[in-house]
Amino acid sequence: MTRQESSDSAYERIDDESDHTTRAPVFPPGTFRPAPGRANPMRMLATQTRAEALLTLRHPEQALLTLLIPLVLLIGMSTLDLGLVEQPRVDSVTPRILALAVMSTGFTGQAIALGFDRRYGVIKRLSATALPRWVLIAGRVLAALVVVALQTVVLGGTALALGWHPSGAGVAAAIPVLILGTLVFGASGVLVGGALRAETVLAVANTVWFALLLAGGLAIPTRHLPGVMSSLAEYLPSGALAEALGACLTEGTAPTARALLVLLCWGVVTGALAVRTTRLS
Amino acid sequence: MNPDADSAAVRARGLTKRFGGDTAVSEIDLHLARGEMLALLGPNGAGKTTTVEICEGFLRPDAGQVRVLGLDPVDQGARLRPRIGVMPQGGGAYPGVRTEEMLRLVAACCAEPLDPAWLLDVLGLHGARTIPYKRLSGGQQQRLSLACALVGRPELVFLDEPTAGMDAHARNLVWELMSALRADGVGVLLTTHLMDEAETLADRVMIVDHGRVLARGTPEELTSGNEQHRELHFRARPKLNLEPLLTALPEGCSAREVRPGQYLVRGHIDPQTVSTVTAWCAQHGVMADELRIGRRSLEDVFLELTGRGLRA
Repeated sequence: MTRQESSDSAYERIDDESDHTTRAPVFPPGTFRPAPGRANPMRMLATQTRAEALLTLRHPEQALLTLLIPLVLLIGMSTLDLGLVEQPRVDSVTPRILALAVMSTGFTGQAIALGFDRRYGVIKRLSATALPRWVLIAGRVLAALVVVALQTVVLGGTALALGWHPSGAGVAAAIPVLILGTLVFGASGVLVGGALRAETVLAVANTVWFALLLAGGLAIPTRHLPGVMSSLAEYLPSGALAEALGACLTEGTAPTARALLVLLCWGVVTGALAVRTTRLS
Repeated sequence: MNPDADSAAVRARGLTKRFGGDTAVSEIDLHLARGEMLALLGPNGAGKTTTVEICEGFLRPDAGQVRVLGLDPVDQGARLRPRIGVMPQGGGAYPGVRTEEMLRLVAACCAEPLDPAWLLDVLGLHGARTIPYKRLSGGQQQRLSLACALVGRPELVFLDEPTAGMDAHARNLVWELMSALRADGVGVLLTTHLMDEAETLADRVMIVDHGRVLARGTPEELTSGNEQHRELHFRARPKLNLEPLLTALPEGCSAREVRPGQYLVRGHIDPQTVSTVTAWCAQHGVMADELRIGRRSLEDVFLELTGRGLRA
C-alpha cells in the first residue's frame, strides 16, 4: 500500500514536470500533408491592399504626416491672413493642401514605410510566399490611393466647412490628377525607400517633404516665391501638382500641359530609377 | 508522365557565389530527396544562408546550376514559390503588423492553408496574437516566421537557423514539429550551427565552412569513423598536465585538451585504458565529468575538419 502510494506520487511528479517542460503538442500523422497552391489573385490583392492601408492608418506618425499636419495647415492658412494668398483664401489654399496630402502619402509615407518594411524583412518574407510580385506592388499602390481618397474626403470636407467653393466640373477633373500625383510621388517614394538604410530614408524623406512644403509651391503659391525659386518650383512635382489641382478646382479649367508633363516626367524618371535600385532587404 | 515526379526536391551542382571579392559559396553540390531532411551544418559565415537563398531564388549563382522541385528558382520562381515554405533567417514581417494579422496575410496567399489560429496556438503564440511584430521577442519572431513558412502546406521547406534565439522549450517544440514535417513527407532543408539539431533530426548532414562542403553523409556515417579507434571524452578543470597520463597510457594512445576543460583520449580504448585514465584523475584529485566512451560526435568531426568549434 505504501509502495503503491509512493509510486503514484512519483508519477504525479513526473506528470507535473512534463507539464511544464515537455508539454509539446502532438502532431497527428498527416497534419502537414503537403497541399500547396496559390489563392485567387484578386482575393490576394484585396487582402494585401486592406492590410497595407490599415497599417498606414494605424501608424501614429503616418497619421500625423498624412492627416493632422495638412489639416492644421488648411485651417490655419484659410483663417489667418498672412498676406500671401489671394481671397477667398480657402479656395486658393485647398488645392495646394491636397497636393501636400498626396505628397505626404505618396512620397514621404511610402518611402518611410518601405525603408522600415525592408529593415524588418517583410518584402523578402512576402516575396517568398505564393504572392505574385505584381500583387505585392499593386497592393501598395492601391493602399496609397485608398489613403489619398480618405485624405481628400476629410480635407475636402473641412475645406467645404470653411467655405470652399470648388468648381463643379473641376472636381471630376481633379480625381485623375490626384491619382496621377499619387503614382508620381509614389514612384519617388519607392526610389528613396527602396535603396537606402531605414534611418537615412527617414531623414531624406522628411527633409524633402519639408523643403517641398516651403519652397515647392505648397505652403506658398509658386508665383509668390522669390526670384529663381518661383520658376524652379514650377518644374518640381509638388509645384506642378498644386498648379494642376488649382486649375481644376479653383479656376475650373483643364490643367496646363506643362504641369501634366512635369508630373509625368518625374514619374517616369524616378520610376525607372527605382526599378533598378530597389532592393528587397 | 509528370517530369517533376521522379526528380529530387533540390538538386544543385557547382554552386558558386561571390560578393565583391569574397567567395561566399564555392562549388557546392547538393542533393535533397523528396520528403528527406538535409542539414547544412556550419559556423556563422560558412555560406549556409547564401546556399539556401540561391535555392529559394533570392540569389542567382555566379556559377553552377540549381533545380528545386524540377524548377529554376529564379526564372520559374512564380511557379515554384506556391509549393515551398521559406523561413528566412531573422524572420520578416511589417514592423507594425500584429502576429495574427501577419500569419493570416500569408495564409491568404495559399489555396488550402492550415488553420492560422491552430498554428499560433501550437507554436505558443496564442498570447501574442495582437502584439505588433516589432515588439515580439526574438524567439517569438522566429516562431511566427516558422508559422508563415508552414501555413501553406508546402511540399518543401527551407528553414534557415529555425531555432536561433529560442529557449529550450521552444526548441524542443520546433524539433518535434520538424520531425512531424518529415514524417508527413515534407522535404526539409535546414541550416544550423547546433550539432544536436543536425545529429538527431536530419537524414543527412553536410558540413560546410568557408563556402565549401567539408563532409557529407548520414550522421552515422559521419561519426562512425574507424571502429578500432574509439574515443574517451571527459570534462575536468582546464590546463591539467597530461604528461603523466600519456606516459601511463598504452602505446598509440593520444590525450589532449580539445577545448578548455574538454579532454579527449584516442587510440585503443579498452577497460584497462579507462582504468588508467580514472586512476590518473584520482591521483590529481580531479572529477572526470561526463565521462563518455564511444564514437565521435558530430562536433568532434567538425572540430577535426575545421580546427575550430561551431560556437566559437
